[in-house]
Amino acid sequence: MKPQPNAAVGAPLSRVEGRLKVTGRARYAADHQPEDAVHAVVVAGDVALGRVTGIDTRAALSQPGVLRVISHLNEPDLAYGGVARSEPERVFQDDRIRSFGQPVAVVVAETLEGAQHAASLVKTHYDAQRPMTDLTYEPGGAEPETYARGDAEAALRASAVRLDMTYRLERTHHNAMEPHATVALWDGGRLIVWDKTQAVLGTRNHLADVFGLPRDSVRVISPYVGGSFGSCLRSWQHVTLAALAARETRRPVKLMLTRRQTYFGTGFRPRYDYTLRLGSDRRGRLTGAVHEVRGETSRYQNFTEPVLVPGQMLYSVPHVEQTYRTVPLDINTPTNMRGPGYATGVHVLECAMDELAHEVGVDPIDLRLRNEPDEDPSSRLPFSTRRLRECYRLGAEEFGWHRRNREPRSTHDGDWLIGTGMAAAVHDSGRAPCRARVRLDADGTALVEASTSDMGPGTYTSQTQIAADALGLVMRNVAFRLGDSTMPPAPVHGGSATMASVGSAVQDGCDRLRRDAVELAVADKASPLHGADVNDVVARGGRLHVRNVPARGESYGHLLTRNNLTHLEAVGSYAPGESRHARFAFGAVFAEVAVDRHLGLVRVRRMLGVYDVGRVINPLLAESQAVGGMVGGIGAALLEHTVTDHRDGRVVNADLADYLLPVNADVPDLRAVYLSGEDRDADPIGAKGLGEVVLVGVAPALANAVFHATGRRVRHLPITLETLL
Amino acid sequence: MADDPSCAPVDLRRGAPAERVPAHISRRTFVVATVALGGVTLASSVATGATPRSATESGVAGRSPVGRLALTVNGEHHTIAVDNRVSLLDLLREHLGLTGTKKGCDAGACGACTVLVDGRRVASCLTLAVRLDGAEVDTVEGLEKDGRLHPLQQAFVDQDAFQCGYCTPGQIMSGVGCIAEGRTGSAEEIREWMSGNLCRCGCYVNIVRAVEQAADQG
Repeated sequence: MKPQPNAAVGAPLSRVEGRLKVTGRARYAADHQPEDAVHAVVVAGDVALGRVTGIDTRAALSQPGVLRVISHLNEPDLAYGGVARSEPERVFQDDRIRSFGQPVAVVVAETLEGAQHAASLVKTHYDAQRPMTDLTYEPGGAEPETYARGDAEAALRASAVRLDMTYRLERTHHNAMEPHATVALWDGGRLIVWDKTQAVLGTRNHLADVFGLPRDSVRVISPYVGGSFGSCLRSWQHVTLAALAARETRRPVKLMLTRRQTYFGTGFRPRYDYTLRLGSDRRGRLTGAVHEVRGETSRYQNFTEPVLVPGQMLYSVPHVEQTYRTVPLDINTPTNMRGPGYATGVHVLECAMDELAHEVGVDPIDLRLRNEPDEDPSSRLPFSTRRLRECYRLGAEEFGWHRRNREPRSTHDGDWLIGTGMAAAVHDSGRAPCRARVRLDADGTALVEASTSDMGPGTYTSQTQIAADALGLVMRNVAFRLGDSTMPPAPVHGGSATMASVGSAVQDGCDRLRRDAVELAVADKASPLHGADVNDVVARGGRLHVRNVPARGESYGHLLTRNNLTHLEAVGSYAPGESRHARFAFGAVFAEVAVDRHLGLVRVRRMLGVYDVGRVINPLLAESQAVGGMVGGIGAALLEHTVTDHRDGRVVNADLADYLLPVNADVPDLRAVYLSGEDRDADPIGAKGLGEVVLVGVAPALANAVFHATGRRVRHLPITLETLL
Repeated sequence: MADDPSCAPVDLRRGAPAERVPAHISRRTFVVATVALGGVTLASSVATGATPRSATESGVAGRSPVGRLALTVNGEHHTIAVDNRVSLLDLLREHLGLTGTKKGCDAGACGACTVLVDGRRVASCLTLAVRLDGAEVDTVEGLEKDGRLHPLQQAFVDQDAFQCGYCTPGQIMSGVGCIAEGRTGSAEEIREWMSGNLCRCGCYVNIVRAVEQAADQG
């Protein structure tokens, strides 16, 4: 069938769930209030390594309204089968403490205040050991991940220009505004949970396997997610704790982690020490690169992420050698955080390119253009699209890049040193199998469903746009629902894969349904469309009609009613085929900063991002996401740092007063531009994904601007004022 | 979107009982029942209005110290007996069923729980409910009038001043306060006076535009 006309896709429409969000009616996990619900509060351990030798619950249990204190001493019966069999973080199955803040008990009481107070009265005794939590001093490491092409060491020895740089990127936490929360309810042998999750089906499967239930006996509901950035791609211990507490008390249970507990009870972006040795000729043509990366992980789980990928494919380097070693420490397990791996790898690479540009005296954009590959140097596959040159050209023009004086510390504004910097951004275009169910009722409205999430990017709106165009309905007659494990399977909501995966399944399902309707009409002697060529019929505004002959047609409603049908239904699916292309989203980020020459204070003045992400379904929402990525990058570059006290392994700034995030006053006018176009080799809807790539290049652009302003190269994130004094 | 998908799938009655109550008692009758337990009739406490009185009464029926208060939330009078430890935030969310106000840090550092108390912006997580006898509280649920969004709510939609939406009720209440305080003379001033409200999705640029839009409408 020929494509449908576009009306909604590509339009800057405001969010379909906007009214619910601005009136407070959008219900996040902890907003769900089953009747009779009681409250659970986690008791977190305050040593990082050792064993629990005793838990005194007498004072807690004597409090009015306290129903239960559950710990390993109760030996709760949990199956831990299936996908949970290999899980090391088992809830209350033994007395071992593996990291600071690990849950050691959970208190359930009639009221939140009662549970909080009782939790403070639980006394825990430990046989504690001194933990090792410092990446600097831990010599060990897991078997490294390696990559090599050519002979990088030999290439470096033969290079006219050699740079040897060690960067340190500190640990950071997602700090979504909504703390993790789960409401659990048992209905006979069935478990229902309202959960903050990016993995509706993953959470269902995990709970089913932990509790030894058939998967269809668990239902996960998650209509709204108050930000996440990767922090709930997997199900952490508190989800099991809530369900366990509900089972043990036979009451619905609400459990919300405290902000402090989110630092210990969920993952984070690990700290990295990253040494990069780079060789080039005198004109800046890269000859070789050796990457040595060390990153934190826990003693009980090896967490890795694609830190090495940018070093393999961003530039045309003939000789590359990479070693990525995770270092097991007495900490909880890290996890993916926006732009996982790429944010780290690109930061180091893009700062290094800036260092090289300075060393060889070449403009940073020219340097990048000299090393721009024609194909993916690691896979030898052509890129589906790679429009970085356009990003650089347009960005430089819009930003006024070429007006800068290349000399560092050359521009002043009173006591402020002014600098500009730029960096490339890249992230792979994720995609995964997905299904979507589409139902069109005789009243001309449609309902489309998939078990995906919307943590903020606008899944509700963008999927409604795709469905509206594919069915030929106006937006208000289409409802897209998500966040329920009884809906058709969708992949985890992360890795910039939702648009391509869910969008392609929604498109397929709506195309199928429309085709069914058209076939019904052309075969129906009573239809004005009887006998028309199926390929010649389009749907618009709820009507099927012959292309270019609007008068010859009828509404879905007429067609269905005359045929005694209450509705039509179809299931769409998407399964990515084998790739003949390297699929990545790209961007170029430009930043201007001012640095106080006496105080080292860094202020962002303006930023511009230009992105190549394929097709943009909703430019309004896409711009918000890119600007939001810049704000996240400002945090990463200048503010964010989870600080550990290595004497006992505690995070000392586990709260929003001491873990600094960008506030409104930190953020000037920021601007994002998307190259128009689409990428038909990436996926059926032509979108390459954008949630990650818009975060990735921000910190290096800012770091390079700080260098340009001050002449000081800070190989550390965050760049705080003390690093500049 | 036609309706809230979160309301559709599960047929479970949603009350927000403060304490365990029989299923047939509605929230409103429960409030009266609780007040009766405290020995004060609803009619008299509403009629006498906001006369401050001793806020605590310990050990009602073997329970935690309970305080009584009469306050107005979004123009609606409530006479309530609450555990003295209950914050205004938890009173709204867990006892009055007003879950629009969000808990982000429970420590006054993020602004997600911002409401207006007697017209002033406060962090409801740091405000003990028992201190609010006679107070007028405004939350995000009270802004819409006759099905029409408040100009700032509409401005948030128009300017796409949110993504996940979790900080949004606090941002909007803070913005209403910011406009009332006359701190909207420039974008810089708005940024400064809206800096108590964190937005991790990073919507600050559009939040400033939304506050400007609503302020311009007077």
